Amino acid sequence: MTLALAAKEVAAKLETKFPGSIAESNNNDIVVKSQSLFGLASFLKTAPGLEFNYLAAITAVDYYNYFELVYQLTSLKHNHSLVLKTRCYDRENAVVPSLVKLWRGADYQEREIYDLLGISFTGHPNLKRIFLWSGFEGHPLRKDYL
Amino acid sequence: MALKTEPFVLNIGPVHPSTHGVFRMRATLDGEVIVDLEPVFGYLHRGIEKLAEERTYTGVIPLTDRLDYLASMSNNLAYVLTVEKLAGIAVPERAQYLRVIIAELQRIAGHLIAVGAFLNDCGAFFTPFLYMFREREKIVDLFEMVSGQRLLYNYMRIGGLSQDIPEEFLPALDKFVQQMPGFIDEYDRFFAQNEILLARAKGVGILPQEMAINISASGPVLRASGVNWDIRKADPYSLYDRFDFDIPTGTASDCYDRYRVRIAEMRQSLRIIRQAMEQLPSGPVKSDVPRLLRPQVGEAYAHIEAPKGDLGFYLVSDNSIAPYRCHVRAPSLINLTALREMIIGWKIQDAIIIFGSIDITMGEVDR
Amino acid sequence: MEIDIPHKFIYPDAELDKAEGEAIETLKANCQQTIPDADSWLDEEIQRNVMLTSLDSVINWARRSSLWPVICFPACCAFELIAMQASRFDISRFGMEILRASPRQADLMITAGTLTWKMAPQVKRIYEQMAEPKWVIAMGACGISGGIFRSSYNVVPGYNHIVPVDVYVPGCPPRPEALLYGIKMLQDKIAKGSLVTKG
Repeated sequence: MTLALAAKEVAAKLETKFPGSIAESNNNDIVVKSQSLFGLASFLKTAPGLEFNYLAAITAVDYYNYFELVYQLTSLKHNHSLVLKTRCYDRENAVVPSLVKLWRGADYQEREIYDLLGISFTGHPNLKRIFLWSGFEGHPLRKDYL
Repeated sequence: MALKTEPFVLNIGPVHPSTHGVFRMRATLDGEVIVDLEPVFGYLHRGIEKLAEERTYTGVIPLTDRLDYLASMSNNLAYVLTVEKLAGIAVPERAQYLRVIIAELQRIAGHLIAVGAFLNDCGAFFTPFLYMFREREKIVDLFEMVSGQRLLYNYMRIGGLSQDIPEEFLPALDKFVQQMPGFIDEYDRFFAQNEILLARAKGVGILPQEMAINISASGPVLRASGVNWDIRKADPYSLYDRFDFDIPTGTASDCYDRYRVRIAEMRQSLRIIRQAMEQLPSGPVKSDVPRLLRPQVGEAYAHIEAPKGDLGFYLVSDNSIAPYRCHVRAPSLINLTALREMIIGWKIQDAIIIFGSIDITMGEVDR
Repeated sequence: MEIDIPHKFIYPDAELDKAEGEAIETLKANCQQTIPDADSWLDEEIQRNVMLTSLDSVINWARRSSLWPVICFPACCAFELIAMQASRFDISRFGMEILRASPRQADLMITAGTLTWKMAPQVKRIYEQMAEPKWVIAMGACGISGGIFRSSYNVVPGYNHIVPVDVYVPGCPPRPEALLYGIKMLQDKIAKGSLVTKG
């Protein structure tokens, strides 16, 4: 059974390594500040005992005040999972660091989030629209589209 | 003296007989060898995630049918499991056993088409495809008995199934389960050592194990690369931990291994169905759920092992009758991440085979 | 694991994307205009004065008994079309032996799936590449009116915005028997036609 790690303990461990990077944490997920996302994620990928080498899914949700990105991480070796979140408060120029260099599976999923929600990812090699065509105006999955 | 050559850009698709739907690849060719590849999607992007925000929780179930339209029951199951996790609804045992039987039948049907289309791409023009269709028609008849539909079933409901199985279902299923191993042996006899298939598929389109994990591949693609990861064993849902089955893995990570893994998985599915039929209890098939379900505020992510891979749903609820956000983790889209690396260096006809062995459905890639 | 950043193709892919996007936008803007009739170039005089009876019936019989569909499978209805072609509901017995990959060799387009705006220019191009006489069957709810996806931002509400449709077959997906009935209806429509005006 894949054990969903208690996020509070992982957050405490991360806080010692990367002070000031955790925004909040509860039993289900850890919310991270977007500037420190890449460093934290690479630590989670390689640290012994954690070793999250499989990125199951990336989702983005539009709450009206902010965008929230949800990363579902899994470790195939230890069979445990973790939910990592980050928030982006700027609607006009939403920018988040890209995790493609760590997990290539993030490639098309980040392009899809850029296409449908308008969040840009810095460091992505090929950030252009994936489902809609190049002259399409707007980002359909935003709550203020139509 | 070397000939001066220039690379040439060729469009493969979107209307192409072998691209399994509307998929387009802009291939840069040097002679006949592909040196660069850019996949272009979106030709079937119907906005299912946006439409799901306008429908009730039960009303999203027909939309999920149309995601991977060759395995509708699995899509329904993944969505319904997520809603049940979000709202904390328990499902009766008979419904869970029936869900297992139906999900495994759907896996066999999905793999039959995958294998048939793959052999079609290899050059056996339609003969193996029609053989697989003959078996698939039997499974589709079973599903029609249960749900009334041939392709997009809309059978699962939040809290169970929409209706109980009719009495002719179990005898017909019994007959199918007894005949099917003979047919799989027949396919093995025809195709497993066929020299054309071996020449075309062995050693072609290798996806190394490290890369497979890094691109979040799942399903037969991941297992053919040697990774023993199956959601039914690793994170069991819906009583899968009560059944005894093996996970076939491959060693060479090429197209031939993906084909062998799918054939082996069909045999294991028959094993699970036999065990589930023996253990099937009686009782209700749906627990009492209000018609307009209003889960409490929160979110949930649940995933299953669909025929194409790890299908997951992420639902956010804000205590209204419609989901606030419904996201589909589509295995076909993510399995395509390494398509460029797998195809570069091969010729166009190998590109078609490699693409066919990943086995995608455009309804799921584009949503 | 390092990946090469940023990747450059030998062709200007951003400009190609932009050109294709503009083609889609123009098609979307012009979709409300009526599609012109194929034989409007025929002189009025010829249409009124020439009548071919037994030649018509022979040619119509030949045309309707050997309709060859073109492969255009966007979505789920494609599998009912393939099931119709398979051994259980064989359409070869009606003369529709082969699904032709090349539109030049086909004369029937069965639109099996949802049409999106991104795909619409390609479908229009395939339709224009087919040689006269040609017919279109709109299969399934998505083909008739956009179906369950009608209110989506990327879905064309029915194929008749892009190509002229002859027969509509409802269903989601229509059973193979329903599609066979639709094909029979099309064959009756062809039987009533005439060489001089398109049936």
